[in-house]
Amino acid sequence: MSDVGLHGFGAYVPITRLQRSAIHAANGWFAGGLKGLAKGEKAVGSWDEDPITMAVEAARDMLGEGERSVDSITLASTTHVFADRQNTGVVKEALNLDDTTGALDAGGSQRAGTSSLIAALDAAAAGKRTLHLAAERLVPNPASEREMLAGDAAAALLVGPGAGIARLIASHSVTADFVDHFRETGENADYDWEARWVRDEGFGKIAVPAIRDALAKAGIQGDKVNHFIAPIAVRGVPEMLAKQAGIPVEAIADTLGAAIGHAGAAQATLMLTATLEKARTGDILCLIGFGQGCDVLLFEATGAIGSAKPRLGVSGWLARRQASDNYMKYLFHRGLVPLEKGARAEFDSKTALTAMWRNRKAVMGLVGGRCTKTGTVQFPKTEISVNPNDHGVRTQEDYPLAEIPARVMTYTADVLAFSPEPPDCYGNIEFEGGGRMMAQFIDMPADALEVGKELRMMFRIKSMDEQRHFRRYFWKAAPAH
Amino acid sequence: MARGIKDKVAILGMGCAKFGERWDKDADQLMVEAYEEAIADAGIETSQIDAAWLGAAFDAVNIGPSGIPLSVALRLNDIGVTKVENYCASGTESFRGAVYAVASGAADIALAMGVEKLKDTGYGGLPVRTRGTTHDMIGITGSAPGNFAQLAAAYRAQHGVSPDDLKQAMAHVSVKSHANGAKNPKAHLRNAITMEQAINAPTIAAPLGLFDCCGVSDGAACAIVTTPEIARSLGKTDIVTVKALQIASSNGWEAQGSGWNGSYFHTTRVAAAKAYDEAGITNPREQLSLMEVHDCFSITELVTMEDLFVSKEGEGWKDVLDGFFDADGQVPCQIDGGLKCFGHPIGASGLRMIYENYLQLLGRAGERQRAKQPVFALSHNLGGMPNSNVSSIAIVGLSDA
Repeated sequence: MSDVGLHGFGAYVPITRLQRSAIHAANGWFAGGLKGLAKGEKAVGSWDEDPITMAVEAARDMLGEGERSVDSITLASTTHVFADRQNTGVVKEALNLDDTTGALDAGGSQRAGTSSLIAALDAAAAGKRTLHLAAERLVPNPASEREMLAGDAAAALLVGPGAGIARLIASHSVTADFVDHFRETGENADYDWEARWVRDEGFGKIAVPAIRDALAKAGIQGDKVNHFIAPIAVRGVPEMLAKQAGIPVEAIADTLGAAIGHAGAAQATLMLTATLEKARTGDILCLIGFGQGCDVLLFEATGAIGSAKPRLGVSGWLARRQASDNYMKYLFHRGLVPLEKGARAEFDSKTALTAMWRNRKAVMGLVGGRCTKTGTVQFPKTEISVNPNDHGVRTQEDYPLAEIPARVMTYTADVLAFSPEPPDCYGNIEFEGGGRMMAQFIDMPADALEVGKELRMMFRIKSMDEQRHFRRYFWKAAPAH
Repeated sequence: MARGIKDKVAILGMGCAKFGERWDKDADQLMVEAYEEAIADAGIETSQIDAAWLGAAFDAVNIGPSGIPLSVALRLNDIGVTKVENYCASGTESFRGAVYAVASGAADIALAMGVEKLKDTGYGGLPVRTRGTTHDMIGITGSAPGNFAQLAAAYRAQHGVSPDDLKQAMAHVSVKSHANGAKNPKAHLRNAITMEQAINAPTIAAPLGLFDCCGVSDGAACAIVTTPEIARSLGKTDIVTVKALQIASSNGWEAQGSGWNGSYFHTTRVAAAKAYDEAGITNPREQLSLMEVHDCFSITELVTMEDLFVSKEGEGWKDVLDGFFDADGQVPCQIDGGLKCFGHPIGASGLRMIYENYLQLLGRAGERQRAKQPVFALSHNLGGMPNSNVSSIAIVGLSDA
C-alpha cells in the first residue's frame, strides 16, 4: 500500500442557482423533451466568474489561513480561459503562493480532473505536495440537454506524502479514443452522441472493466466499497456500474445533479470533497473519471478524517444560495445573448501588461503594505506611508489582505454606470486592523447593503477587454456569511 | 502661514457663456462667447494680456491638449498659455494661475478661461475615462453620482439621520437651486420643481434620484485679472479683489489610510480653514454674504455646508430644511442655480461661480441680486470623488471690505 494521500479538501459553488423549470419555461415550446429534466436547480457563476476565479475560491476554502507551502499546483478544466497563458499561473498569483511553485494546466477531457489527481499522487510518492484544483464553467447550447444538466463548480485537494485523511490504495487508468461527445477548441458547445450507445459501449464496456481491474489490483472486493463516486449525469448509469462491479448500490455517492449539476472535469473532485465531508475512518472510497477512457482511484479514509475541514465545503456552499428564475440573465452572462450595453460600456479596458506585472501582488494577490515602524496598514503598498503623522519612506512590508475580514464603510447602488449585473454596487470598505479600498460588492442584493456589514474578499473578473480578448482580475467584496 | 493673496489681485472683467446643450457651438466658440463679455467688461485690448491659463477636464470630447486651443480661439498675441486640469476644480485652477501671475509681478494682466463641451459625448452624464493604468486595475469604474452617493450612507450612519429626513433635506437643496436657476437667463435648467418631484424621481445611484444630480452642460467662463492699482488706472472704481485662494488635494489618507469616515470632505475642511485665515474671516456663518459651492449632487452641497464650517457637524441638513441657504436666507447658496441648474461644464464651473459672486458684489445680478450689499462671497469646487479629491476655495470681495 502506498504512503501518499489527501491532506485537505475544499470546494466552491457559485451562489446563484438557476431553476431548471425556468429553462424549460423559456424553451419548452421549442424543445418539449426537456420537461423530464426540468427539476431541481443548477449552480451558475455570474459574468465575473470563470474556472480561474472558481478554482481560487475552492483553494481558499481548503487552505484557510494556514500554511500555503506546496511544490506545485494543477488546475483541471475543459473550459480553460486562456489557450496560451497558464491559467494555473493566475490562480497561483491570486493565492499569493511562492514564485517557486510549479504549475500545470490539465485539460482535454472530462477525465482531466482524475488524471491530474493521479499525477499529483504519483508526485507525492516522490515527496512533492500538490495543490490539485478542478473547475468548470460550461457554455452549452441554449435548449440543450447539456444546458439542463451542466453546472458550475470547483474543488480543491491537497495531495502529498503520508496518508493524510485518505490514503491512496490504488489507481488505475484506461485510455481509449471513445468519442461520446466532443468540442473543438474555440467552440462553446459540446456535440453529443446517443446516450444509449454511450451507456452500453462506453460506461458498460470501458468503465466497468476498469473498476473491476482497479479493485483487483488493490485486492478489494466490490462489496467493501463504502462510497462509490461516479460523476455521471446520465440517470441510472452509476447504479448500472455499481451493480456490474459488485459495489453496493447504497454506496453510490450523490451526483449533486439536483443541486449543482454536472461540472465537467471538476465533477469527480467535487463529489470526492463532498464525500470526504462525511467519510468515516476505514471507509473505502472508489472514485472514477470517465472520458476517452477511465480513471479509477481507491482511497481509504484514515483516522485523521475529520481533522481537515474546509471553511464551507460543498455543504456550506450549497447553503449559501440565491435561487434565480432569470434565464435571460444567465444567457447574457454566458455571452449567448448580446443585449445592448449602451455607450457607457464602451470604456476601453486595455490592460498595460507592464503595469500588471509590476503590480501583480497588489492586483492579483490583494497584497497591501504594513509600515514596520507605525503598524499602519494600507492598500496599495506605496513608497511613502499614508500615516498622516509619520510618512515613513520605504518602511512597508507586504501585507496580504485577501483573508482579512472587512466592513462596509460607504455604499451605493449605481444605476447609471454600466454593469453586466445592475445596479453596480460599490463603496469604501475597511479591513479589520486597518487598510481600506473602494470595492465592488458581489453576491448580494442592493438592499442588503448597510454601513458596517461584514464582508469577505473574493477573486473575480474585474473587466473584459472585448477588443483584445483579455480579462482583468481583481478582488471584490462579498457578504461574510 | 504664507503671506497670502488678499487684495493683491483685482478682477478687471468677467464673462460667461450661456450654459446648456449648446448643440450649435464648439468649445472655441463658447470660449469666444465668454471672452467677448469679459474683455468688454475689462475695457482693454487683447494685446494687453500678458499670460493666460486654460482649464478643461475632458480632452477626448473637448478641445485637445495644450493651451493652444485657447490661444487660437482668442487669437492671443503669442503669449504663454498653460492648460490646467484638476478634475472639477480646473476652472478655479486656471484662475489661480492667472491670479498668481499677477500677484508675483510676472504679468500685469492675465486671463483665466474655463471651458467644457460635454454634449458631444453622445450620452448623458460624464464620459467614462481611464484614471491611469494602475488605478484601472484596482479601482472601480462607477459613475460620478455613484461616487458621491456614498456620502449619504456614511453621513446617515455617522450622524444618526433617518433616510427620510436626509432625503427631504437633499430634495430641499435641489428645489432651491431650481427656483434660483429659473431667474437666471444664462442657466441651463430654468424650471422650478416641487419637493414631491425631487423625492419621487427615478434613482440614478441610491439614494440619489434624478433631481439630486446636476446637469451636464456645455459652457465657458472667463476672468481677466490685474492689480488693484492697474484696475484703478484703467478707470475702475468698484474694485473686486481676491481675498483668498486655497486648493487642497487628497494625499491618499481618505482612500488608503484609516480615520476618515466617508461622510465629509477632508480637503474642503483644510482648504476652508486656510482660506478664512487668508481672508481674515473668523466666523464664516456670520461673515459670508453668499456662497457658490460644488453642488454636483444634493448630498454634496449639504455636507459641504458643514465642511465650510457654516453649519455645525451633523446639522447641515437641519439648516438646509430651515431655509438658511435659500435665496432669501441668511447665507444664500447657489443663488444663480448652482451646478444643479446653471449647469456643470467641468472646466468652466469654478469660473462661473466666481462670475456670479463678482456680479453680486457689483450689484449686476439682475432679478436674483441680493438686496443687502455682499461683503465676502465664497466659491468652492470639488474635483474627483469623496475619497480622493481636489478642493478649491476662492473668496472675493470689494477691495475696501
